[in-house]
Amino acid sequence: MISLAGRDILHAWGKFIFTGVGLGLLIGVTLIMAGVYRGMIDDGKVLLDSSGADLWVVQKDTLGPYAESSSLPDDLWRSIRAVPGVAQAANATFLTMQVRKGDRDVRAMVVGIAAGDPGTPGWPPHLVAGRQITRGHYEAVADLATGFGLGDVLKIRRNHYTVVGLARRMVSSNGDPIVFIPLKDAQEAQFLKDNDAILMQRRRTEANPAFNRPGVPGLLDAVTASQTTNNSVNAVLVRIRPGFTPEEVAEPIRRWKRLTVYDRAQMEDILIGKLIRTSSQQIGMFLAILAIVSAAIVAFIIYTLTMDKIREIAVLKLIGTRNRTIAAMIVQQALVLGVIGFVVGKITATFAAPLFPKHVLLMPSDSIAGFFAVLAICMLASVVSIRMALQVDPAEAIG
Amino acid sequence: MGAGGIRIANLSKRFGEGDTAVLALKEVNMEVAPGEVVGLIGPSGSGKSTLLKCLGAVIDPTAGRMILNDTVIYDDGWKVRDLRALRRDQIGFVFQAPYLIPFLDATDNVALLPMLAGVANGEARRRARELLAALDVQHRAEAMPTRLSGGEQQRVAIARGLINRPPVILADEPTAPLDSQRAMVVIRILNDMAKRFETAVIVVTHDQKIIPTFKRIYHIRDGVTHEEAGAGLGFD
Repeated sequence: MISLAGRDILHAWGKFIFTGVGLGLLIGVTLIMAGVYRGMIDDGKVLLDSSGADLWVVQKDTLGPYAESSSLPDDLWRSIRAVPGVAQAANATFLTMQVRKGDRDVRAMVVGIAAGDPGTPGWPPHLVAGRQITRGHYEAVADLATGFGLGDVLKIRRNHYTVVGLARRMVSSNGDPIVFIPLKDAQEAQFLKDNDAILMQRRRTEANPAFNRPGVPGLLDAVTASQTTNNSVNAVLVRIRPGFTPEEVAEPIRRWKRLTVYDRAQMEDILIGKLIRTSSQQIGMFLAILAIVSAAIVAFIIYTLTMDKIREIAVLKLIGTRNRTIAAMIVQQALVLGVIGFVVGKITATFAAPLFPKHVLLMPSDSIAGFFAVLAICMLASVVSIRMALQVDPAEAIG
Repeated sequence: MGAGGIRIANLSKRFGEGDTAVLALKEVNMEVAPGEVVGLIGPSGSGKSTLLKCLGAVIDPTAGRMILNDTVIYDDGWKVRDLRALRRDQIGFVFQAPYLIPFLDATDNVALLPMLAGVANGEARRRARELLAALDVQHRAEAMPTRLSGGEQQRVAIARGLINRPPVILADEPTAPLDSQRAMVVIRILNDMAKRFETAVIVVTHDQKIIPTFKRIYHIRDGVTHEEAGAGLGFD
């Protein structure tokens, strides 16, 4: 038996290809939306991976340092270091801001990293060019996505930083590239007031008799100094010793230090389950709508193609064609349309994904699931047409 | 009348029920022998199409008897179970317009019927080409329907009607879209094929120029038929 669907497709291949391309663009958008969602999750995981931490110690009862603000004394890390099971502990600050270079600026997450050696929690694990930060001030390591190059001079608040190293895929959960700077500079950047504000505050302090007592020399200087320095960090990143479980180490810190401690799984839950939850729900809604729109379009196309063949279907039925042969013809055409659409969509998504400003991660598993979803949608969409075709009266061929 | 062909006795068809019922066919009787071509003539609304649909096993009669190739296919409410197979194997259709499948070439349009009956593609195509040659359109065997002239399309349609060697062919206004010369060619072909394949052919027509070619004519008016002898010109 010849393939009626195949012959019809070959006969009207232009119509099928053109329709398939249109459908493919829609499928491409759907795949990219899924890629955006995967990219957001991946960005969250990359942020956690790149920190090199097993535990995140943050201000009590906060979801810091990424989802909420968190403030801890910057000397706390020493006592945490002494907790059994802690291999390394390091301060870190996180601040999302516009980083200027010349007359342009880039939105980036500025991460303050504690002095130490490569491998210290919070440090970029791998560089693709240059070196790690070796000086206590005014050096930076930037992610390639910032567009900065080695030797470029950046301006963060009032200070200038020279880019000494470049890293790859160092991004925040929002997908903003990371710029690493020394901790002290980052602490200053986080709480630095402008010059006028500092001057005004000094004057108010001088005018306050409580801080400017004639009989207490040095009090005014001490108060003024405390107002312009920042001794807080957002989190202490902890790496645990082999043989200890995260909970074994986290529990005494929670109990004795009265702090909140998150392990990797909990932090992942905060980032993915809470921070990007709304975005992912939004994308999920888009995916659902796109799937419904795709199904409606495929159904409409197949319905139109079938309507065009009503007379032929009546003739086929009159001359003894089985209903299942006619149904198979319609289903096969819907599936072919779906396959053409998927191939076009996949190619479109693959080439378009790098053009998006944020990370779009096209997972093979999503493509496979998408392929079967498209086939299922096409089969479903052909039901209306099949129903219509089977109701065609063979007598219509006679008139 | 000899064996085979088609016979209907007291065939009636009613549409609707009660006060709105319409009796489209009233105890129609008809016999067409193998190899014979008869005309079925009547004005619009006379019941021609209804009779054709009953003969083609497309709609069920309300009462009466139909015997096709010595097999009862309908008898006062009883009917054969597989009408689809009956239409495929026992009845050939030739329509006013050829209604060829536009995405199949001439050969496959003809070969489709035996393929539907389970004949292998190669064998079905061989038989189709043979028949196309008999109808003098073998040179257009690979052409798509849109590339065929009206006469060629009608010949391919006749070949499709004949390919399964049905005992009866129902031709519905087969010459309507054709000029006189081509119309006569189609009627000649139907006569030739009827004789060659021992097929009973019923031609529904309004076409005055082909009516004199029938030896027997059934007139139908208000669902009632009566038979008369035709001139039978030109096809002895």
